[in-house]
Amino acid sequence: MWRRINSAARKGTGPGRGDPSAERSGARQAVIAVSNVSKAYAAGFKALKNVNLDIRRGEIFALLGPNGAGKTTLISIVCGIVNATEGNVLVDGHDIVADYRAARQLIGLVPQELTTDAFESVWATVSFSRGLFGKSANPAHIEKVLKDLSLWDKKDSKVMTLSGGMKRRLLIAKALSHEPNILFLDEPTAGVDVNLRRDMWQLVRSLREAGVTIILTTHYIDEAEEMADRIGVISKGEIILVEDKIELMQKLGKKHLTLQLQHPLVELPAALAAYDLQLANGGTELTYTYDTQSERTGIVPLLDRLSDAGIVFKDLQTTQSSLEDIFVSLVKDAP
Amino acid sequence: MNVPAMRAIYKFEMARTGRTLMQSIISPVISTSLYFVVFGAAIGARIQQVEGISYGAFIVPGLIMLSLLTQSISNASFGIYFPRFTGTIYELLSAPVSYLEIVVSYVGAAATKSMILGIIILATAGLFVPLKIAHPVWMIVFLVLTAVTFSLFGFIIGIWADGFEKLQLVPLLIVTPLTFLGGSFYSIDMLPPFWQTVTLFNPVVYLISGFRWSFYEIADVNVAVSLGMTALFLTVFLAIVAWIFTTGYRLKA
Repeated sequence: MWRRINSAARKGTGPGRGDPSAERSGARQAVIAVSNVSKAYAAGFKALKNVNLDIRRGEIFALLGPNGAGKTTLISIVCGIVNATEGNVLVDGHDIVADYRAARQLIGLVPQELTTDAFESVWATVSFSRGLFGKSANPAHIEKVLKDLSLWDKKDSKVMTLSGGMKRRLLIAKALSHEPNILFLDEPTAGVDVNLRRDMWQLVRSLREAGVTIILTTHYIDEAEEMADRIGVISKGEIILVEDKIELMQKLGKKHLTLQLQHPLVELPAALAAYDLQLANGGTELTYTYDTQSERTGIVPLLDRLSDAGIVFKDLQTTQSSLEDIFVSLVKDAP
Repeated sequence: MNVPAMRAIYKFEMARTGRTLMQSIISPVISTSLYFVVFGAAIGARIQQVEGISYGAFIVPGLIMLSLLTQSISNASFGIYFPRFTGTIYELLSAPVSYLEIVVSYVGAAATKSMILGIIILATAGLFVPLKIAHPVWMIVFLVLTAVTFSLFGFIIGIWADGFEKLQLVPLLIVTPLTFLGGSFYSIDMLPPFWQTVTLFNPVVYLISGFRWSFYEIADVNVAVSLGMTALFLTVFLAIVAWIFTTGYRLKA
């Protein structure tokens, strides 16, 4: 298990830090403001179409989307790796083009691909990253980051000798080497085992506790469900939804009531036609789908009508749709 | 000015030199020694003095230039191409460093490395032939200007190349022939008049001539012209690098 990032170590770095009132007032303030950003690649492919997005200070924001939706392009634009065709981005009030130094100093990026300097030592490559971001050498901080990520005993090893999981952690260490206020994690758990995923989630939480704003892209819906404060869904270059995770689950979440029938039904009685019902398992299972947000769920009248129709059930259970179901339905319905 | 970043890149590139000491330093020294053995001792013994200088000593500036040009190009092109190839360039592009800082750091490291090599070759040459440097300051000026100019050229190649073979293409097919034909091993005066004129279109002639003048005060072309041409190459390469960074050519989509 990796160590938790020491929140005390991060206090006092960056605007609004160390002042509780400022932290409270700044909690909802956008630390990244993406305005009308579009990106058309040279081949003509439009990767992003008029994207507007605000990331709040101190939150964990999960950007979900299928392959090729534009997640990495959006991150790359904010970080300065790709030029936007139109629009602008402010990072803590600094324009990413006009004031790129101030903007980039605040950001740490963990890329999706395991791109590393194979022949360098762990210590050298992490120290290099710190220098690159304009920070003077601080061996104590590098030591702490490497220890937090369980890489300390590998500090003198060449990067090429590390396992895939270690390389992933190394990329995180490089991104954290300059003490960023904003951390981008582009599919941080792609291809990593369950333990590493859980450790990474733990790390992300402790970074958030230390005041770091985290933007992660992921294919794993459970990851977003587990970690995120807010969720954005991007599809075909457009942000189709940005919502507080809990509200999203409540708003778009459907519940299913499944009744195990005593005797199988061949077809539904006409009296039940008004309900969203489905028969399954050879007529022995009746599923009623209802909206959690509606005033009345309709469960009581349904049960009354079933009783009137002489349909007897021996067991029942309710289930709620997961973020994955919501995501799939959103992306499917996207234009 | 992001000095820590420049220091980090420079140190990183110099550390790479340290790791590849064999191919960086030792192999050019060995090949230069072979040139001395073949051209200086074996063939040179049958050639009369060139403008009062023994043939072995005459070829020293040309040999140093040959290594300086090819090494500056290969150091700088590899230095920037490798992060592009492995993908680690993302870090450079997302860091708070200006284009100028990136160029100065990479080109500075590549030029340092080739200048060290040039001085090592000079010292090696001293073992074979008696050396005389008439204008040491100008010798250093030509050394630095050429190393920086051709490291910039290498940087451009490293950004233009989309495969390892292209990295080798320009040094092997253009720079080495131009250096061999640019008066490394002979004085232009030895050529028939027509080829003397043709040779003047070879930019390397001006570099070698100026450099040789700083050693022996003999030159194929006027020293001021040599210096002017070197400055012109520097300006052209700087303009291309500026264009690369303004447009993001092969660096940013």
